[in-house]
Amino acid sequence: MRKAPNIFMRRTVFSAAATFLGTVFALPLVWFVFAPFNARAELGLAIPSPFTLSNFATVFQNTFAMQALLNSLIQAAGGVVLVGAAATLAAYALSRSPIPGKGAVTYILLLFSSVVSGSAAMVPIFLIISAAGLIDTHLAVILVFAGGLLPTAMFILRDFIDAIPRSYEESAMVAGASPLQAFFDVALPVIRPGIVVVLVWAFVNIWGSFLIPFILLRSDKLMPASVAIYSFYSEAGTPIVTLLAAYSLIYSLPVVALYLFVNWKFGFRFFGGIKS
Amino acid sequence: MKKFSLLSTRAGALFLAPATALVGVFVIIPFFWVIIVSFTNRTLLGRTAVDPDFVGLQNYFALFNPATFFTRGQFGFSLILTIQFVLLSALIGQALLGLLLAWLSQSVTPTLKSFLQTAVIAAWILPEVVIGFAWFAFLDYDNGTLNMIMRGLGLPPGDWLLQQPFWVIVFFNTWRGAAFSMMLFNSAFQSIPPSYFQAADVAGATSWQKLRDIALPLIRGHVVTDLILITMWTFNVFTPFLLTHGGPSYRTEILSIYTYRIAFKDFEFGKGAAVGVVIMLINLAFALVYLRLAHKKPVEAE
Repeated sequence: MRKAPNIFMRRTVFSAAATFLGTVFALPLVWFVFAPFNARAELGLAIPSPFTLSNFATVFQNTFAMQALLNSLIQAAGGVVLVGAAATLAAYALSRSPIPGKGAVTYILLLFSSVVSGSAAMVPIFLIISAAGLIDTHLAVILVFAGGLLPTAMFILRDFIDAIPRSYEESAMVAGASPLQAFFDVALPVIRPGIVVVLVWAFVNIWGSFLIPFILLRSDKLMPASVAIYSFYSEAGTPIVTLLAAYSLIYSLPVVALYLFVNWKFGFRFFGGIKS
Repeated sequence: MKKFSLLSTRAGALFLAPATALVGVFVIIPFFWVIIVSFTNRTLLGRTAVDPDFVGLQNYFALFNPATFFTRGQFGFSLILTIQFVLLSALIGQALLGLLLAWLSQSVTPTLKSFLQTAVIAAWILPEVVIGFAWFAFLDYDNGTLNMIMRGLGLPPGDWLLQQPFWVIVFFNTWRGAAFSMMLFNSAFQSIPPSYFQAADVAGATSWQKLRDIALPLIRGHVVTDLILITMWTFNVFTPFLLTHGGPSYRTEILSIYTYRIAFKDFEFGKGAAVGVVIMLINLAFALVYLRLAHKKPVEAE
């Protein structure tokens, strides 16, 4: 009986601590809830009066800003397709074919990909892309991301494929299917959730990245949104806050939408190393 | 019974080819190329851009020159700054805060839990440039939310990015990355059978005792995984650049930003590559420790 007030106290303290920490985490982002809808937004926190969509109208009329979003989409989509296709094929081979030393392959690839980080490899990546004559192209960004994300993607997918009973494909092949048919018609539909996870993970990584396109691209018409956003500064060097706020919100939407999608579909928890 | 393979070795090799080519060209070749470039005086522009000379260990001597090692804007200063940054923002900040957040999430109402988790995860998933700009507004001297709160509490406002730039990036990185540790510990705590805690409740244990004596010993493996991964990521993170550009006067120039400046602002590719090699060696040490521990797990379970 004596314990009841104690438990009550503990609950209160825990709830207060959770509320406090949640608020602290939310604070730097609260500004973003209001500024995009405020035609006179500044760096200060202010409730817009009136709420307006005029900032968005300005962004939509800005061809450079819209082109940058399209560029982000091209680079992310290109990278995602490449990572998804190459990782699925490779993971399937690592799981199902009798290639010698395939365990070591996965191990070594993961090791390399965690050692060769963006900050360590920016010089050689720039040099390789230069040597290939690909500086200032979408393809450069797509290829570099595909290479960098592939080892982790293969690792995640291999886990998914290993968990599928081989008997699925075996019975298809007994029934006369070729190995390719067994892969495309039997295995692929079963692995699909794993592929979706990898695609979302790769998309979010490329869509939000700054350093690689910042180094590899020069011309304005190829800049993705992450780099282009820095041109929303006046000639005096002060940010055009209204434009930046609305643009940041639009640019964040796909990431938020994908998060909600994954959360709804799978529950947002752990899929190996979901962050590069 | 003969176990036939689903994919012949030839077909398997074919399936592996695209991934092998991409990883080979953009991960493995850079690994070796950066080592080669680090022994040259290659630059971005000028004669040495096309025809660099072999300079031996000169770039490394320049990095580890004792006369300038600790000077601001030099390699040693940046290395020490990075170590402090990792210790404070990853090992203490993200890991401890992540543990606290996961522990709190266990014992509050579902509504409060989802509020807490949403706020923490939002900081983690939003694109880095958006986060950078949000913090720029948050820390603004005249109107920023932080100074608004400081004034409201009767405390003196600060020009944080100028006065305390290092602490800003420490708090920034803690805030940005705590979600990973929180989620890892969330799933770790969920793997513990609830009956353990119920038994402790019956015995009248406090929350702290349950965490220290039951939860922590059981999730030791998760803790090690978490510490190594967040250390590696924080060691290589470039995001503080978006907030401070390494300044003012090099006070937030962690190694990733230092490499960027040497290679792409000063155009000294050879020296930049040498820094890259040092970063890779440190990464390699962490990765080997991690893979060794991750490999050991099934053995321990026996």
